[in-house]
Amino acid sequence: MASRETVRKKPKDTRGTLLRLLRYVGEYKWLLVLIIALCFVSNFLALLGPSMAGSAINAASAGPGKVNFDQVYYYAKRMLFCYVCASVVTICINMMMMCISKWIARKMRGDVFRKLMRLPVGYFDRNQAGDIISRVSYDVDVVSTCIATDVVQILTSIVTVTGSLAMMIYIAPTMSLMVLVTIPAAVIYTARMRGITQPRYSKRSKNYGIMNGFVEEMFSGQKTIMAYAYEDRVSERFDTINQNAAEAYYDAEYYGVTMGPSVNFISNLGLCLIAMFGSFLYMLGNITLGQISSFVLYSRKFSGPINEIANITNELYSALAAAERVFGLLDEEEELADRETAEELAHVEGNVGLEHVYFGYDKGHTIIHDLNLETKAGKMVAIVGPTGAGKTTIINLLMRFYDVDSGRVLVEGREIRDYTRGSLRGAYAMVLQDTWVFKGTIFENIAYGREGATMEEVVAAAKAAYIHPFIMRLPQGYDTVISEDGGNISKGQKQLLTIARAMLYDAKMLILDEATSNVDTSTERKIQKAMRELMKDKTCFVIAHRLSTIRHADHILVVDRGDIVEQGNHESLMERKGFYYKLYAAQFE
Amino acid sequence: MRFIYSYLKKYRGMIAAAMTIKSIAALGELMLPYVLEHMVDDVVPRKSGALLFGWGAVMILLAVFVRQANVRANRLSAKVAKEGIYEIRRDLFWKSLGLSGNQVDEFGLPSLNSRMTSDSYNVQNFIRSFQAMGVRAPILLIGGIAITLTMDVGLASVLCILAPVMVGLVVWVSWKGIPLYEKVQQCVDDIVRIMRENITGIRVVKALSKEDYEMRRFGAANEEMARKDIKAGIVMALPGPLMTFVLNVGLTIVVVVGAVRVDGGLTKPGVILAFLTYFNMISMGVMGLNRVFMMMSKANASADRIAAVVHAPDELVPLPEAEAAVTEREDYIVFDHVGFNYGRSQKEASVDQFDGQGRQKSLDDIDFSMKKGGTLGIIGATGCGKTTIINLLMRFYDADEGAVFIDGKDVRTYDKDALHRMFGVVFQNDVIFADSLKENIAFGRDVSPEQMDAAAADARARDFIREYEDTYEHKAVVRGANLSGGQRQRVLIARALAAAPEILILDDSSSALDYKTDAALRKAIREHHGDTTTIIVAQRISSIMSLDDIIVLEEGRIIGHGTHEELMESCPMYQEIHRIQMGA
Repeated sequence: MASRETVRKKPKDTRGTLLRLLRYVGEYKWLLVLIIALCFVSNFLALLGPSMAGSAINAASAGPGKVNFDQVYYYAKRMLFCYVCASVVTICINMMMMCISKWIARKMRGDVFRKLMRLPVGYFDRNQAGDIISRVSYDVDVVSTCIATDVVQILTSIVTVTGSLAMMIYIAPTMSLMVLVTIPAAVIYTARMRGITQPRYSKRSKNYGIMNGFVEEMFSGQKTIMAYAYEDRVSERFDTINQNAAEAYYDAEYYGVTMGPSVNFISNLGLCLIAMFGSFLYMLGNITLGQISSFVLYSRKFSGPINEIANITNELYSALAAAERVFGLLDEEEELADRETAEELAHVEGNVGLEHVYFGYDKGHTIIHDLNLETKAGKMVAIVGPTGAGKTTIINLLMRFYDVDSGRVLVEGREIRDYTRGSLRGAYAMVLQDTWVFKGTIFENIAYGREGATMEEVVAAAKAAYIHPFIMRLPQGYDTVISEDGGNISKGQKQLLTIARAMLYDAKMLILDEATSNVDTSTERKIQKAMRELMKDKTCFVIAHRLSTIRHADHILVVDRGDIVEQGNHESLMERKGFYYKLYAAQFE
Repeated sequence: MRFIYSYLKKYRGMIAAAMTIKSIAALGELMLPYVLEHMVDDVVPRKSGALLFGWGAVMILLAVFVRQANVRANRLSAKVAKEGIYEIRRDLFWKSLGLSGNQVDEFGLPSLNSRMTSDSYNVQNFIRSFQAMGVRAPILLIGGIAITLTMDVGLASVLCILAPVMVGLVVWVSWKGIPLYEKVQQCVDDIVRIMRENITGIRVVKALSKEDYEMRRFGAANEEMARKDIKAGIVMALPGPLMTFVLNVGLTIVVVVGAVRVDGGLTKPGVILAFLTYFNMISMGVMGLNRVFMMMSKANASADRIAAVVHAPDELVPLPEAEAAVTEREDYIVFDHVGFNYGRSQKEASVDQFDGQGRQKSLDDIDFSMKKGGTLGIIGATGCGKTTIINLLMRFYDADEGAVFIDGKDVRTYDKDALHRMFGVVFQNDVIFADSLKENIAFGRDVSPEQMDAAAADARARDFIREYEDTYEHKAVVRGANLSGGQRQRVLIARALAAAPEILILDDSSSALDYKTDAALRKAIREHHGDTTTIIVAQRISSIMSLDDIIVLEEGRIIGHGTHEELMESCPMYQEIHRIQMGA
């Protein structure tokens, strides 16, 4: 993607991030030491090569009939040896480095995922899925690529540049003065160019970002656009955006494309200077032909690293920024550990209570004030109210997805914080408004809550949820693979699957959060009996839009703007002629 | 490739210029070592410092020329890339907007998005670099070999043997490596999928204490990814060092063979020196070819994906009158025994039998008609085909059997835009665009401020819009995320009403409204849009019970048709829905 390679985010805490990154790398420190050593060896050998070549050419330059073949072969053999060894060692280095980088990537991905499993639910409510995922799919990748290529590159460059320089000075100190021209020229040039191109590249990325966003938005509304014959207007707007993106691209490239030829020029300039002064010194007899040839080969080695300076600093910075994002996620506060005295919630009957509960998602913004509720095993509690009134908040507290600010939530007479989270949550079965299925067979999806469920049990649950006939109509029946986006099954059918999952799970307490919102009324009619079956002998917390479904609840909480405004049963609430009465009456208008 | 070429045809001149300049530059670069050889072998023996520096100056001039020419050529090719990709994106965007429902289903939205973004980006990169690398690499390679041949055939033959080895190496690696990377990409998809599943389903995962299970699931995918990644990485890490290896072996052979030839008086020592430099260039040429190869295969795949959309047949072209169906019925909207199924591939496989039953059609023998200004309600289970009826009426899809008529004409004979202009419609989960409310309501049509205000009032949106300081200029963000669900639906309904449409369609579009607002909305439509033929698709019986005519759908078939009173008499399903919803 366009934005990937050019967006350069400056890391905030460079040192800290670097140190942390080094800790990841540090796990392979002995391997790394070996790699560094090998790096020296291979570059040293590669540097010796040209010098051997020079000696061989010297031996050959005596002219026809006067070539000293013993010397030529001697040096040629050494030259070959140096080069072969250098290549073999380089291959080893590359592979080792690559393995290390991939292992580090694997470790980071694993760490991130493990972290995700420990984060409180609130984190996922606050952060976008796409953003979290990009840390694993993109940021980790950037870091690992940087480790694999840049670390070797930097090591090699350092060894090559210093080594070549040393060899050049050793061969002909006077001639190596030309380095004083080329290196500063290259450094100054790249630094200056970066000043010119960087803002243009980020402008280009910005324009691509705008374009991508626009395209995504418009495509998602393609049908609407077509229905209103709005294509012309949209296309006009896209045209401007497209034009801007193209111009920004050209503007950046206009300067960007001078980089390669210019660095190449500087390297060629070096060659010219060598040719001039080398030939001159050769003419004066101060230098041999072999020395010139070695010099040429060494000077060519220079151009590579110079070319890379700009790229590598860019990549290093973006890798550090990426690492920082990964570490940022790893530093998020985890769900509090269970109390040391916490016990397993073993014998659940279904007695739940709330005592003087206060809660707010943000500090200082309390949305639940002094909520009290007492329910006995097997009773049904309904929570009703307009959309966004805070019905789901109560569920979040019951299942300890969030902790209360003050007051207590009780199960079987004990504070829920005295139980382990796993056992507390395990005591609830639930069906939520946002149906959730994962990529896997229908069987796996239904059996998700209960490891080791048999086919008979799954089929029984599916039959009870009235989804069995539909499943049997699918090409592979229970083995049909469905996916998260669920293109092959409808929302309503997905909800029936989650109902089947809850049926199979069979816990003592049940949470139904708009469980049948996506199931239309005529299907709902079919499963009502099944739902009654599911709810039998269980303590149920039911959130529903349609008030007719909760009329028989033992207790109804009426929520508005986060507060419990009324509670009681249907009859008593109707008698009060308050908020509930109005809600109920509105259905028949 | 042909697809890209078709867009670049009109820039032939510029491309030719860029490539010519690039070729000249590459040739100039090839001259440099030649000059060096000349200086060492021919100028030095003359012992003239001035001549030597003269040639040096020539060399520097040559280098300057090479740089200028390269920059010039690169800029030209960047310009071609800019113009070309602008047109490709323009056509792709336009075409995507006009795809039929079937085609959108087949491509899939995420895929259409990525064709527009990353694929077009790949193609752009290719257009730009191809003009440079495509010339430079072969010239460096072939030119290098050619020059060395003129210098010394014997020595050059060493190169001629090695060059194919290098080319072969490059081809082999890219041939091996690309499929490996595709496998890595699949692993990335798996990892992203598992993460997404866990993020969206975190409550379920935590409620069922499946954290460990999910970690194992992710761990397995992660392990697999690392394994595939390393495998692909190993193959791709090979060509660089291997190339250097072959090159250096070549160098050694050149030195030895050169020594023999110098001894035999067949060549001069300076030639060996020049050869070493040419060797470097040739290897750069090979590496360049390698890059061109990789880029080409990537760009080719992307271009194919773009071309598939751009060249997709126009499915929504008007049908000639002669081929259209005709109807005797005089009603305004007529569905004449319509049958329909989604997905072409499924249609072909419609004989497949699942579990002993024939596959159900999405719509089967749908037959009804509406008078102009009439109102129709459609109610039924999820997936029973309610929205499909709308899709056929507006011709997002074409019926497989029977025909749909508006005003006595087959819908397929209408011009697409003319047909759609008759409608005001709110789809299920319809979209608000990131724009002002004004633009969201007017939506490119000539809507006067008065009309807009009236439409907003009818849609019960006026009150909350007027509460904004900037009223209709208020900006909605992407997908209208700064509006509540109910506000979104009301803005959408205002959009549908704004241009006083002949046909109004509300597909499950008042579900987020409370009963009171819903009732007021229906009253406003009845009173102010009495001439508008209205179809309301709903789940709530209260939304449709007062309409002239109601259809009850089940599994693609009409199982009840009549007024509320008639259905309460005759349709058991309708009675049941009524009983449940109204709590009677």
